[in-house]
Amino acid sequence: MSSTSEIKEQAVAAANANEPNVRRSERSFWALWTRQTLAILRLEIRKNFLSRRALLLYLIAAAPLGLLSLFAVFRMPTDDAGSFSQLSTAYAAVYGGLILRTLIFFGCAWVFMNLFRGEVVDRSLHYYFLAPVRREVLVVGKYLSGLIATVLLFSITTVGSMLILYFSLYPSESARYFAGGAGGAHLLAYLGVTILACIGYGAVFLLVGLFFRNPIIPALLLYGWEWINFLLPPLLKKLSVIHYLQSLVPVPMSEGPFAVLVEPKPAWISVPSLFLFTGVVLFLASLHIRRMEISYAGD
Amino acid sequence: MKLTTSTISESSTLPAAAPTLPAAPVSSDEMIVFEDVSKFYGEILGVNRVNLQIAPGITSLVGPNGSGKTTLMNLMTGLLKPTQGLIRVLGISPDAPEALFQKLGYCSQFDSFPRGATAREFIEFYLRVHGYTKQETAGLTQAALERVSLVEAADRKVSAFSKGMRQRVRLAQSIAHNPSVLVLDEPLNGLDPMARAEIIRLFRELADAGMYLIISSHILHEVDMMSDSVVLLHNGYVVAEGEVHGVRDEIEEHPIQILIRCDRPQVLAARLFEHEHTVEARIHNDRQGLFVKTRRPDDFYLLLNKVITEQNLQVESVAPVDDDLNAVYQYLITSDGGQTR
Repeated sequence: MSSTSEIKEQAVAAANANEPNVRRSERSFWALWTRQTLAILRLEIRKNFLSRRALLLYLIAAAPLGLLSLFAVFRMPTDDAGSFSQLSTAYAAVYGGLILRTLIFFGCAWVFMNLFRGEVVDRSLHYYFLAPVRREVLVVGKYLSGLIATVLLFSITTVGSMLILYFSLYPSESARYFAGGAGGAHLLAYLGVTILACIGYGAVFLLVGLFFRNPIIPALLLYGWEWINFLLPPLLKKLSVIHYLQSLVPVPMSEGPFAVLVEPKPAWISVPSLFLFTGVVLFLASLHIRRMEISYAGD
Repeated sequence: MKLTTSTISESSTLPAAAPTLPAAPVSSDEMIVFEDVSKFYGEILGVNRVNLQIAPGITSLVGPNGSGKTTLMNLMTGLLKPTQGLIRVLGISPDAPEALFQKLGYCSQFDSFPRGATAREFIEFYLRVHGYTKQETAGLTQAALERVSLVEAADRKVSAFSKGMRQRVRLAQSIAHNPSVLVLDEPLNGLDPMARAEIIRLFRELADAGMYLIISSHILHEVDMMSDSVVLLHNGYVVAEGEVHGVRDEIEEHPIQILIRCDRPQVLAARLFEHEHTVEARIHNDRQGLFVKTRRPDDFYLLLNKVITEQNLQVESVAPVDDDLNAVYQYLITSDGGQTR
């Protein structure tokens, strides 16, 4: 095993001879970009999970688990099969109204808008801008780090809240429902929607965080836009993330008498459409960040 | 004198002279080039119509706050985009960070670090982002820490460091990948005299090895000590540029003002007046300090050390007074035998 001084001498000699540059031209760009993306991921994941800003994300993700746990403590378990059938509708309302449209939305807003905006506020973005990294690679690395944090936490929220709701009220029915019935499939479908929501909202909020000094107001406007989606004409519906997610939810939520009804899109259209939408938004973010300046004045 | 000066109106119509050019013809791919570069922040002028060609060695950007030093550095490193004009650093555009920052390191003034990171971790984080392997990163980090004499504190959290130590961490981070061009924004700020001397020695070593060092400073005495050439900025314009000898001659004729915070300024004043180059000594209003004007800072500091030891004075700090700098600029700009305004 080499000693520290030997390692140091080798590294300095390599750097002095511009060896890294030579090696970089030999190995493919993809290998370099992958390595740089992983380095950014390591740094950013640490920030996403361990910084003070992460506390709010933990609170948001834990909110439905706490609320449903409280609900479970103050309700006696029952095995009434008639009421059990309504649980899927109840969970659809909890998931659609609270978890998807509000908690995942604002959780993603918090994490992804802070990927760049937070660094500007902390006056640390220049360290990335002063590294030999394509700024597109920086966008991808930061986006993936936000995705890992939100997907992990909101997957726990989605699975945990569903299991708490079912098992606290109907333990034996629920065991059969998840083991052999439709419960497992529903659970996976909700999990899939959660992941797709993080992918879509994440990209949108990353872009918003790049454009706006105070992204709270645009986030609230987007929140309103997502909520009035049911009123929008079919063409405008396509310009929202919730439009692609609704058709994937296993138990659709009623949108009320004023909703403009459109045929639910099959998964093979919804999922690629959401990925395409995300790709376009990230491309716009990459274009913007290549021209981005840092002065920190007024931030 | 060798210092080339240009008035604001001249700089907008005439190409700037390039006295920093070495005797042998050098390709522009081996220089740092600014061609008619302007930067406006809305309607506010950052820098205007800057033409420079910077050769290897230490080039100091000198000017008061707001003169455009940091703007010029940020333009060179792509943190800002020019409103007009062209910048090339060894033939590379600042718009190509993936190529530029293999050759360039920038020690900015932004004093921020990842929360909870040690000095070593901080340097390693960003070397990994460069694409170095873990082993390369460890070696380069250690070498950089040694260069700035920070090995012993390397595994302590940066948040517990003094301003001077944080400055050295940022310096280590900027030189860790052994760049050819090093851009340093007020790198001596916050350093104690011994650390200043060490860091200036390091800059000299790097410059002697063929590196390009672009350093901003508003302390002319330090610029004089370490620079090969200077670029004098005022209100966003390059008003003079040239080899440092020209500036040195001017500085030597013009006294610099130094503030010594100590317990018995009267005693110090009495002794310092014995020195023939002490032009003026004035006791601070709070009677805990002494303003001294001297034409020979080097001799003055030697004398000061002697007096402190002999009189057993309790000295809190010794620092050049910035206010005096404007006077020196004015002196430099207006005392060029009629070449200037």
